[in-house]
Amino acid sequence: MTHTFFIAFSYILTALVILGLTLRAVIDHRAQVRALADLESRGIGRRSRRG
Amino acid sequence: MIRELANPTRFMSLSGALLPWVTGLAVLLLAVGLYLVWFVAPADYQQGETVKIMYIHVPAAWLSLFFYMIMASSALGTLVWRHPLADVSQKAAAPIGAAFTLICLVTGSLWGKPMWGTYWQWDARLTSMLVMLLIYLGILALWRAIEEPNRAARAVSILTLVGAVNVPIVKFSVDWWNTLHQPASVFRLDGPTIHTSMLVPLLIMAVAFTLIGVALHLSGIRTEILRRRVRTLNILEAERLDAQAA
Repeated sequence: MTHTFFIAFSYILTALVILGLTLRAVIDHRAQVRALADLESRGIGRRSRRG
Repeated sequence: MIRELANPTRFMSLSGALLPWVTGLAVLLLAVGLYLVWFVAPADYQQGETVKIMYIHVPAAWLSLFFYMIMASSALGTLVWRHPLADVSQKAAAPIGAAFTLICLVTGSLWGKPMWGTYWQWDARLTSMLVMLLIYLGILALWRAIEEPNRAARAVSILTLVGAVNVPIVKFSVDWWNTLHQPASVFRLDGPTIHTSMLVPLLIMAVAFTLIGVALHLSGIRTEILRRRVRTLNILEAERLDAQAA
């Protein structure tokens, strides 16, 4: 294997890991925003604050 | 400042305004850093072009320790000062630190094969870094094992503080033992031993990686705050339904 292989593999792996972390952060955040909006649309947030 | 951020609503507002700027600056610096690494920085007289691996390996190693220190400070915040966002920060930092530790180990291994002739050597720096990854994985597993956030935070805080013993071992392993891994060449009392043509791209990549990490951490804290709001509302709703049924 040439040195180019080791360099390319290192950069591709780093890019994939950082991209994975970013995608996970975006997907997880959107899921929580949706879940919160769903609860509040059912009036659960407002009721619990009154209670 | 830290006390002002104790209010999750205030934190959400401030971090929401800050996040696009941190992300934008991270992308800009990463672009500048990659340009310098690939088109300006010279090949090393011994390592040749393989030195390019250093520009991602070293920042990843620094961030591995940086996020562990964030977790250790947050652990103190949880156990001693009982800061309401400390455990949230601790939980958000763990996967980011683990990911950078993994990058550090794999890129180091990929550099080691052409330079040392082996992917792995059980020397003090490499072994202590592997222990660091195992501690990160243990912390992530413990977060998942205990459902109640406050109990999980206390258990994880104790594990994090015990594991913090490994941080100085990683940092000083190359000084305390005779290792195959080279000694520190940037943060030294007598100044860096790397030529400016390589040091500048390395530092720019390090700042870019740090900003990427900070952006991911801020985003992770925001998501965890929302997750806990959702959990609280679900519990309140379940209690209300129970009361109605009774």
